[in-house]
Amino acid sequence: MDEQLKSELRRQGVVATSLQELYNWGRKSSVWPLNFGLACCAIEMIAATMARYDLARFGAEVFRPSPRQADLMIVAGTVTKKMAPQVVRLYNQMPEPKYVISMGACAISGGPFKQGYNVLKGIDRYIPVDVYIPGCPPRPEALIDAFMMLQRKIDAQYLTGPGRPRHLDAETPSEFVVPEFGAHDLVPTSNSEVWSVPLVNISNAGKNEPGRD
Amino acid sequence: MNLEEIKSQIEANVSGCRLEIIPNGSPSGQHSLLVDVDHGFAVATFLRDGATPRFDFCSNVTGIDWPVKEVSTKTKVKKLVDGVEKEVDEVVKTQTGGYLEAVYHLYSVEQREGPVVLRMRTEDRAERVHVPSLTPIWRSAEFQEREAYDLFGILFDGHPDLRRLLMWEGFEDYPMRRDYVDPDDYEYEPTAHDDVLKRAQAHRPAQEGGL
Amino acid sequence: MSILTDASVDTISRDETDHLTGDLLEISMGPQHPSTHGVFRMNVTLDGEQVVKLKPVFGYLHRNHEKIAETESYLGCMPYTDRLDYICSITNNWAYALAVETLAGIKVPERAEYLRVITGELTRLQNHAGLIGFLMQDMGASGTPLMYAFREREKVLDLFEALTGARMMCNYMRFGGCRCDLPAGWLDGAKKVVEGFPRFLDEFESLLKTNEILMARTQGVGIVTKAQAINAGLSGPMARASGVDYDLRKVDKYGIYERFSFRVPLGEIGDVYDRYMLRVLEMRESIEILKQAIRDLPEGPIMDPGTKIRGFRPKAGEAYGRIEGPKGELGFYLISDGSPNPYRYRVRPPTLINLTLLEDMCLGHNVADIVIILGSIDIVLGEVDR
Repeated sequence: MDEQLKSELRRQGVVATSLQELYNWGRKSSVWPLNFGLACCAIEMIAATMARYDLARFGAEVFRPSPRQADLMIVAGTVTKKMAPQVVRLYNQMPEPKYVISMGACAISGGPFKQGYNVLKGIDRYIPVDVYIPGCPPRPEALIDAFMMLQRKIDAQYLTGPGRPRHLDAETPSEFVVPEFGAHDLVPTSNSEVWSVPLVNISNAGKNEPGRD
Repeated sequence: MNLEEIKSQIEANVSGCRLEIIPNGSPSGQHSLLVDVDHGFAVATFLRDGATPRFDFCSNVTGIDWPVKEVSTKTKVKKLVDGVEKEVDEVVKTQTGGYLEAVYHLYSVEQREGPVVLRMRTEDRAERVHVPSLTPIWRSAEFQEREAYDLFGILFDGHPDLRRLLMWEGFEDYPMRRDYVDPDDYEYEPTAHDDVLKRAQAHRPAQEGGL
Repeated sequence: MSILTDASVDTISRDETDHLTGDLLEISMGPQHPSTHGVFRMNVTLDGEQVVKLKPVFGYLHRNHEKIAETESYLGCMPYTDRLDYICSITNNWAYALAVETLAGIKVPERAEYLRVITGELTRLQNHAGLIGFLMQDMGASGTPLMYAFREREKVLDLFEALTGARMMCNYMRFGGCRCDLPAGWLDGAKKVVEGFPRFLDEFESLLKTNEILMARTQGVGIVTKAQAINAGLSGPMARASGVDYDLRKVDKYGIYERFSFRVPLGEIGDVYDRYMLRVLEMRESIEILKQAIRDLPEGPIMDPGTKIRGFRPKAGEAYGRIEGPKGELGFYLISDGSPNPYRYRVRPPTLINLTLLEDMCLGHNVADIVIILGSIDIVLGEVDR
């Protein structure tokens, strides 16, 4: 729709919009996170919800304790192999539409503890992640920036067509396989539908998109 | 508080025990007392109840892995060389280690003394890894001995509930041992080179555009 | 639900003819739970609402810190100590630096000792303030007192950020001193924070003394006797609430704590109420120490000039160094074999050992009390699991 016409109508007190804009505006402005802090990043997440860096003004009004009532899972902290099945189970229990923010170096790739027998080297091995926040720990402002990035991502989603979100597409899965405890390691070590080994040499990154085949 | 004094007190009260003072090379001056496994429980009970000062606070319990190590020392030996007795350097190879160790740090709260470092060694690192548990004497050893079992494989006889503490229950290795090998898992390295690069490439199937 | 015919449960009398006696209920609290202060799990067996058995499960945050330390140099382990008890990173650094200084016989200059005391006591203040805020939230006050506590905590974190560059992972201590000196105006900022703190403490102390709900829920709950506390290895505010007069700042006299005059508050009964009042009183004593330290801070170098920072190889031997951290006795046991990496690096976690008596404290109480008792132990999972 023509932007000038829109603003002209606005001045007259008439709001004209499309269904997609309205739908996405409602969704992005009321994303309720799950109360899920694992380690040090959890303290910065709590600080982001406190009076100084208030996250509630962006729509994250309450942190729900139950996964059945939450939209967003902020994985804040190191995911260990002992904890990984519970994380994936919680993700499976969240209803669609659901998003994941991977906060901190440990949740992205194992972080400073990556040379560990009990550390899962990134939560994106088992569940799809929407926004990554680097930092150790990232400042509360970085979390707010990531939240706004997620809101922009939701805003740009088309409701029909091949790029539509998962909850409007009956084909894409919304539950992922839960790893089991093996004798020496988790079984399976990663979920190949969700994650593949990233490019090794970053100078080749221009030829195809880094991190995805 | 002198470690020699404590040692003579224990020897006077617990019959048959074999103690040894292990000196400490660092400036910290914290020498330790090696106790044999058969009398460990009796020595610990005496230290808590009858010694002066009474050691009622067990602060730290941990395990250490000493794999077998060859140490060569040079000694001067008198030998007959061409009919003349001379002093010759001879290299003697000895083996140290080959056991697991449980170390206890004891303090006395009422007399404000300490620490006394108690050590107990297992016989080898494979099957004969039994050591008496001191949990019935000092309750603070409960979780720490479970952790030493979990990470090193030391079996504490007499522990009320010896299970793994930190790793999951099906886990089969003892991760803190010096010869533990991590499971082969891909680790992202932005500027990989040498054998890190080789290992990373092995995880990624051959594909055009990649290396 | 699981029907347990556990013969060891002999604390309840079961009448065979009374068919109204139900079965025992086994629930698992955690690892994702709003009240467990991190990824901590408890397998609780309940008879109605009363706790019959409680077994904690650890390891959900086991990041094999000790194994990593065997492959890092001594200095390289310092940032990892920040992440142990992630709320009080500076006191973790101090404990490790003290252990290495005991191992290698390094002396610390005067100004560095004063800076250590100032930053250490500020850490203690913000830890206890956050803890009392979390207590209120656990009791159901829905976050508002937590906001007040975090407001004070932010003031202290601003000071840390101005000094070290990071809010939480400060990485401030080095072997033989501190990493960096005070920027201009820092001391005035610290004085303002210290002077404004007692007003916040008065607010919270009035809550503890006059709020009926709080007093009814915390008094008489989770009692630990003095003998139990010493035998179970409890340390820090948990042990002092039970009457054990053992504060490492007075016993070991590490650093320059002998020069400050402060009192050590002790509790009588050892219940949850005692532990919280004790922490408020400890905050007041920390403020006294801070006032004296800020007043007496001398000029001078902040690092021992004779210590090599890189290529640091202490002589072969071992040492156990410990400090009075905000949670208890934090100790590091290091064995060196003359190489640049430690041979064995062990963290003595105060919170793991303080959890030894969790089952004893919770038996006979209701499920709601478990949450409060766990909160009063003040656990941080980064340290319990390392």
